[in-house]
Amino acid sequence: MDLSQYLEIFIDESKEHLQTLNDQVLIMEQDPENIDTVNEIFRAAHSLKGMAGTMGFKRMQRLTHDMENVFSEIRNGKMSVTPDIVDIVFKCLDALEGYLTNIQETADEGTEDNEEVIQLLNDALKGSSSEAEPVKEAVPASEESAKAQETSDGDKRKFLKLPIADFEQNAMKEAIANGMNVYGVTVYIQDTCILKAARAFLVFKGVESVGEVIKSEPSVQDIEDEKFDFDFSMFIISDKPADQVQKVISNVSEIKEVVLEPFTPEAIVAHAQQEDTPKEAAATAEIKEEKPKESADSKKKPAAEAKKKPVVNRSVRVDIEKLDDLMNLVSELIIAKNGLVSASASEEGSQTQQFNEQIEYLERITTNLHESVMKVRMVPIESVVNRFPRMIRDLSKKLNKEMELIMTGEETELDRTVIDEIGDPLMHMLRNAADHGLESTIDRIKLGKPQVGTIRLNAYQDGNNVTIEVADDGAGINVEKVKASAIKKGTITEEQAEMMSDKEAIDLLFQPAFSTSEKVSDISGRGVGLDVVKSKIEGLGGDVEVDTVLGEGTTFIVRLPLTLAIIQALMVEIRDEKYAIPLNSIVTVEDIMESDVKLVQNKEVINLRGTVIPLVRLDQVLDLEPSEEENESLVVVIVKKGDKQAGLVIDNLIGQQEIVIKPLGKYIYIHKMFSGATILGDGEVALIIDANTLV
Amino acid sequence: MAEVQKQEENKQYIVAKIGCEQYGIDIAYVDNIVRMQKITRVPKTQPYFLGVINLRGEIIPVMSMHKKLELGEDEISNTTRIIIIKPEQSALLGLLVDEVREVVTMPEEDIEKVAYDNGRDDSNYYITGIGKYKDTLISLVNINGIITD
Repeated sequence: MDLSQYLEIFIDESKEHLQTLNDQVLIMEQDPENIDTVNEIFRAAHSLKGMAGTMGFKRMQRLTHDMENVFSEIRNGKMSVTPDIVDIVFKCLDALEGYLTNIQETADEGTEDNEEVIQLLNDALKGSSSEAEPVKEAVPASEESAKAQETSDGDKRKFLKLPIADFEQNAMKEAIANGMNVYGVTVYIQDTCILKAARAFLVFKGVESVGEVIKSEPSVQDIEDEKFDFDFSMFIISDKPADQVQKVISNVSEIKEVVLEPFTPEAIVAHAQQEDTPKEAAATAEIKEEKPKESADSKKKPAAEAKKKPVVNRSVRVDIEKLDDLMNLVSELIIAKNGLVSASASEEGSQTQQFNEQIEYLERITTNLHESVMKVRMVPIESVVNRFPRMIRDLSKKLNKEMELIMTGEETELDRTVIDEIGDPLMHMLRNAADHGLESTIDRIKLGKPQVGTIRLNAYQDGNNVTIEVADDGAGINVEKVKASAIKKGTITEEQAEMMSDKEAIDLLFQPAFSTSEKVSDISGRGVGLDVVKSKIEGLGGDVEVDTVLGEGTTFIVRLPLTLAIIQALMVEIRDEKYAIPLNSIVTVEDIMESDVKLVQNKEVINLRGTVIPLVRLDQVLDLEPSEEENESLVVVIVKKGDKQAGLVIDNLIGQQEIVIKPLGKYIYIHKMFSGATILGDGEVALIIDANTLV
Repeated sequence: MAEVQKQEENKQYIVAKIGCEQYGIDIAYVDNIVRMQKITRVPKTQPYFLGVINLRGEIIPVMSMHKKLELGEDEISNTTRIIIIKPEQSALLGLLVDEVREVVTMPEEDIEKVAYDNGRDDSNYYITGIGKYKDTLISLVNINGIITD
């Protein structure tokens, strides 16, 4: 069987399962009594094993199997969760990740057997069995628990618990009125079955040959994804007698039991009423499953589709390149639209009201189109940060420091290209915080700080930017130490050090090969780091800032643009040249009298409503001839970077425009105050001024 | 057979006038030749870059060959052209020249390689050799020389 077409899905899903395992094992470590977590872990491990087996990755399957045995013992209460066990499990997860990486790169799991990890797992099992009873295989164990679940449910007719929506009820009534039969069915699959999804699929196929499935629990989609235990229930409309339908289902191999009962109109009504009350209670637990189920139902039953729309979004996997192409086309469209706008503006008189309306319409559509395409490319940063709790746990052990990671705003979304790049810099900053930022546990106790150090990762959207803060409550950066280290390395002279402000000194940290840590560890301290972090983030059009209070902690603030390609900008004119200033960095635009410009330390400043703001004469910065005419008032664009502001002096405002950022080509040296260029409606090129560099 | 071999040895050059000299640019590098158009100045860049132009939605830096080869200031006339070259995949560069004359085919034996031994100066470095064509001399531009700085 050619499985290569499933490889990609296998990799994606295995990654998801591994992530779930990582997350849940962390939770389990904190709260070993939580049976939901253990069940979740067991489910993920089991799916992983099944998938690896189906794909023929024997080593991966074996390792997962042994790991599953351990979870099974935990689930059955025969083994308690100890830090040692958690360590072994994490080792095992790392090994699985290794397999997965191999598979991703070479489509083969490799030859590493990971005997050591398997040995550890088995030792752990034996250890527990000597305390309790002989080791049980995972499968019978899960059988047992499955039985336990069954008995607790009391009734094998699980289909009676299915919620029935109005339209489904109507469909059933209609079918009965037309002389058809409605059956409720619960199918139990043998616990030893490996390819549950395949069996379930055969059941559905068989049923469809004699009738129609109007509802199933879990949904067809979930069943195909093997997201069910060993049973599933459904309602069937069929014109065939009950025993024939039952036979069709029982004929599928590895089916343990089929419970089938005709469903009468009275039962339907009774069922619906009964549903109304208990449903509420079950709602929270069922929400997750219910949504995909409904959408899957609407696929199954076109007749009902008109009556309801799917609640959950269906998704499609798309190659990022295709999205890039789409994005490029949208960019072209915006340029073309800008061309039309400027053409209509230049030919005054010849334009009609209608023409204007159409252009405005076009403008609205292109803006919406752009937003939609951007949204398609947005991914929650969760996909990057979800591996950090595990990393911090490992660091905590390795460094022998107690610490916890608190993450907020994981749902904040960023462009896919940014997401792909941001992982490493963030990891670096977290490692820095753990290694350099936080003091050792003993020092913390001496200082009277909470014993457990806290690292916070906080992400939020701020206008057209996304800000990610990495904060620790550690020692803070010792500015004098930084200076001393820089002098020793010859980066600065002693005189320079004395002149330096704290801020400038901290910026030294971003110099290549700079480290204040006396000892080099394999975690950080080699001094290859913050400069890479900075250049990477700047490469993405963002910037990094450090905020530190000695003794209280350090915060790294990373600002990233929400979108990469298309932004809103203010077009300005300086002499006869046009420039674009990104709107997200602009605070206000002010008219300032030349006489209000004051000199402080030989630098021009203005006092704007109580705030002293330095002035930047853009004509000077851009090497333009000084203006001949003496103006009484200046047009000043106030821009901000973090909490700092500056006033850019320009000649004229042209207006706000949506611009497409284009790279400036190779070979030519581009000063860092330009973040790119854009093509205006008339085909002219305008440079984009990165206000951040001027503040 | 002999014909084919000869073809391989022969290279084609676009002959451009820069100042009062003639320069040949290997046609393999040339992507396009466009008329003079509005060039947007890029402040603080290398002095021999005039700025950037928009060519069908792509932004391309334009270099003044006059300034690069130290032949004085550009004189823009209606014969001025921008030769767009493609030294690498997906990287374009415009060269501003006074005039584009013709395409010539030069056999290997008509090209005299420039030897860089002693006392080489910058402008020599931008030349790979001198070609003899009819009764004129054509300096062959070293594309890699002008793009590395």
